[in-house]
Amino acid sequence: MVSRPHGGRLVYRVAEGHRRERLVRESRDMVRLNIDLERAIDLEDIGFGVFSPLEGFMVQDDYIHVLDDMRLADDTPWTIPVTLDADPDELVDVREGDEIALYYDGRPIAIMSIEEIYGWDKRRHAEKVYKTTDPGHPGVEKTMSMKELLVGGRIELIGQAPNRFEEYTLWPRETRVLFREKGWRTIAAFQTRNVPHLGHEYVQKAALTFTDGLFINPLIGWKKPGDYKDDVIIEAYKTLIKHYYPRDVVVLAALRMNMRYAGPREAVHHAIARKNFGATHFIVGRDHAGVGDYYKPYEAWEIFQEFPDLGITPLFIREAFYCKKCGGMTTEKTCPHTEQDRIRISGTKLRKMLKEGKIPPPFMMRPEIAQTIIKYKNPFT
Amino acid sequence: MGERERSVKYTTVSIPVTLYNRIKRLIEGTGFTSVSQYVTYVLREVVAAHEESLREEPFTDEDKERILEKLRRLGYL
Repeated sequence: MVSRPHGGRLVYRVAEGHRRERLVRESRDMVRLNIDLERAIDLEDIGFGVFSPLEGFMVQDDYIHVLDDMRLADDTPWTIPVTLDADPDELVDVREGDEIALYYDGRPIAIMSIEEIYGWDKRRHAEKVYKTTDPGHPGVEKTMSMKELLVGGRIELIGQAPNRFEEYTLWPRETRVLFREKGWRTIAAFQTRNVPHLGHEYVQKAALTFTDGLFINPLIGWKKPGDYKDDVIIEAYKTLIKHYYPRDVVVLAALRMNMRYAGPREAVHHAIARKNFGATHFIVGRDHAGVGDYYKPYEAWEIFQEFPDLGITPLFIREAFYCKKCGGMTTEKTCPHTEQDRIRISGTKLRKMLKEGKIPPPFMMRPEIAQTIIKYKNPFT
Repeated sequence: MGERERSVKYTTVSIPVTLYNRIKRLIEGTGFTSVSQYVTYVLREVVAAHEESLREEPFTDEDKERILEKLRRLGYL
């Protein structure tokens, strides 16, 4: 049986048919707030239920509970603030209780009922969410560049930002139907922002040995410079599935969701999102959602101990490496040999090789995948 | 936003002293630092399991048909 939606109810805040047409018309007479692509992506994730039980951008009570206690005000586990920022001069004509239109790139994409406008402390936000105020951390840098006020309230989608990956995008209502149609009762979700190497494949297949299905759900959207481009990730996974997975046990679908690089907190956030898609298990890797040396390699595993009521089972699978003596991929838990026998798969090393147009050794990356990547003139953002 | 202390508010729930003492012994040497912390942890787990039994179907049959059509069109089914 697929997971129960987080907070008990799958949110669907998408206006359709005549209602949508009416709201689009009405939006023209509303105060307009222009938002960037990242907030537009947050809106989609709220509207289509990826962030259930959130029905809009957070009001202050939820925001503070999330910062301090990693829970919403009603005690539901929630680790990452989902907020809309604005400058005071953008809100001159706006009062709590008003409805405003949120515009992206000149088009109305949502109606928002303003419940609360409040100030926030960016430094405190960064300390709590990222455990650092170092501006070198991409999440901190972003936080510090945000606007002075936060605006909370329910939203209703009336449009979407253009999506180049529409044919690979599935929303929680859709995956829930899909998993049921496939007869899967247990589903392991794999979150990624990388192309797959042998280590990833090992971890995924380890999970798949005891679940009915594998849900590979790469993140598309803003990533830090040097990460793989979205289309490269999708194409690399299509290649992996085509050559190395039985078709009926894997679903590949892209998710537009912003990376925060918040390490442990974001690992829980990723698990909650996949629970809303219907996954029953969530693979938590080494340095999940981390960046640089801000988090310990397995710190993301520890945070899950604080959430006995999360409603999705984290799968803690150690980093896989190639062992010359074992003659295959293995982990510290299953390999008795010494470090000299082991070849660790370094993402940095792989990126360097691929950038130079070289095919990495087959114990690091499947040759078909490497070929797919090097077809791109520049596979990195 | 002004300075605020931790925002969780607490209330008192009574449990038998015998159970309290039993839990106190049980958590010695574990990561739990108080009986309240342990009870909160256990209750959250039990409450979540109870809520699980009250689940609702999040969409209608008509929605489901539309979704199935999309899944077939995209080659997922």
